[in-house]
Amino acid sequence: MHRLAAHQLLPRLRDRQLRARDLLEQALGRIGRLEPTLHAFLHLQADQARAQADRIDAELDAGRDPGPLAGLPVALKDNLCLQGMPTTCGSRILEPFVPPYDATVVRRLQAAGAIVVGKTNLDEFAMGSSTENSAFGPTRNPWDPGRVPGGSSGGSAVAVAAGMVPLALGSDTGGSIRQPAAFCGVCGLKPTYGRVSRHGLVAFASSLDQVGPLARDVRDCALLLGVLAGHDPLDSTCEDRPVPDYPALLERGVEGLRLGIPRAFLQGLEPEMATSFEEATEALVGCGARLVDVDLPHLEYALPAYYILAPAEASSNLARFDGVRYGLRVSGPDVAAMMRRTRAAGFGAEVKRRIVLGTYTLSAGYHEAYYSRAQKVRSVVSRDFQEALARVDLLVLPTTPIPAFPLGEKTADPLDMYLSDVYTVGVNLAGLPGLSVPMAPVRGLPAGLQVIGRAWDEGRLLACGQALQSVRPYHLAQPQAALFDGGMA
Amino acid sequence: MARLARLDLQPDERERLALQLGLVLEYVGRLAEVDLEGVQPDVPVRTNVFREDQPDRPLSPEAVLANAPARQGDYFRIPRILEED
Repeated sequence: MHRLAAHQLLPRLRDRQLRARDLLEQALGRIGRLEPTLHAFLHLQADQARAQADRIDAELDAGRDPGPLAGLPVALKDNLCLQGMPTTCGSRILEPFVPPYDATVVRRLQAAGAIVVGKTNLDEFAMGSSTENSAFGPTRNPWDPGRVPGGSSGGSAVAVAAGMVPLALGSDTGGSIRQPAAFCGVCGLKPTYGRVSRHGLVAFASSLDQVGPLARDVRDCALLLGVLAGHDPLDSTCEDRPVPDYPALLERGVEGLRLGIPRAFLQGLEPEMATSFEEATEALVGCGARLVDVDLPHLEYALPAYYILAPAEASSNLARFDGVRYGLRVSGPDVAAMMRRTRAAGFGAEVKRRIVLGTYTLSAGYHEAYYSRAQKVRSVVSRDFQEALARVDLLVLPTTPIPAFPLGEKTADPLDMYLSDVYTVGVNLAGLPGLSVPMAPVRGLPAGLQVIGRAWDEGRLLACGQALQSVRPYHLAQPQAALFDGGMA
Repeated sequence: MARLARLDLQPDERERLALQLGLVLEYVGRLAEVDLEGVQPDVPVRTNVFREDQPDRPLSPEAVLANAPARQGDYFRIPRILEED
């Protein structure tokens, strides 16, 4: 059952070949067996999930329609609020925090009949590219538990890749859905900025953050996006636009589409990743697409601009964690000392680095040289994308320059870790949608093809991903975790 | 900077951070190469959103204060703010 995608499980649930409760028990069993190795989850709610599954079964038995995701177990990244379950963001400072409300995306999932089984591990406050920055220990890659799953949505990517749940939510500020999807061999979509509500997502960099789906295949991404997307009065940046029927757009294919490749930007790509990428693009040519070289002359500046803008926004957003209203408090003789001690004890090294960096680049005297300059670079990067996407229908490039790296390899060198995001951050700066789909493995490890499109054109991205998947079904490969699971079952 | 960000740092932490941030600042300094003559800073949100100011049901004080590290009645309790004379 853990090999099936959500869209394959749904008809079985609807025609009652499969009961939601049985599917849930299988998911919980698999989580129980694999967690000691992988550590994808921070919290589980087995009893509440069982009660929900029974309710869904009762509805289905009575012939009612409990929604488009009825009976499917899902996992949430632990920076999304679910009333009554801790939201830690992988941080000691929020360890005691239990949100009194649900994120809008959580409400939508529940209204669609999905069953939340738990919350997944992440880099603290979504700051990182390996899920090693969690205060509660790292998550491991099911393809090789000696390697990282990517990050920051590493727990969600692993939960899907290892067959624990068919669907999971992540958040993507600079690549945090797409990069772990690529590292774990699953599909992940970062929607257009404003497509999905951020209400109830703990803010990291508000002008870049988007919530999006992680799933076993493109069709499941389309299905889940359709549930998540749409206007929310509780997020003023979430736009009021019609939500297309994404699954219905999947079979449009890529016949006649122009796919742009930023060749100059990809120079120096390691040969095996380059070979995998060429094979994927040739497969798309076989489906009727045309390849066009495009130039995005400022894209190489997206990463340095991102590492000014995102920490600047983070330093401001994380000011709220001060020991006054929720979370950790370390006492002190006066309120300022209490706040300094609380934040010193509650935040991990990477979060402190980014807070201090952001405070510096926003401070009087440096604001012009760093923050204002980075905002202008954001403008020229966005313009590059607009000009390129006026000439072509989609852009394609690898999601990451290298496949999953060993645990501990980059933790001592923050800058080296930041370079993991080099192909993904531009999309966030420009507010565009980006999809990662499995392409040919590199040295036996999963790799991702990234498809980037115009704002609000998720349907076309998904159709391109679907076209690739139909001729190169790398998403069907099973990670090693399936082997040791089989051995123990 | 740490003081401004309300962070107490240990001496070794401060030293390591200064070194690491020096490297990051050197890297992001590459932005000086870009010709930005006449470029406006990007404003990510392009539309203003307005709505009627209508009363809604807020969270109850009990739900909110359940997370308080220290409380007194319906208030958050914090250490003193002003120095004593």
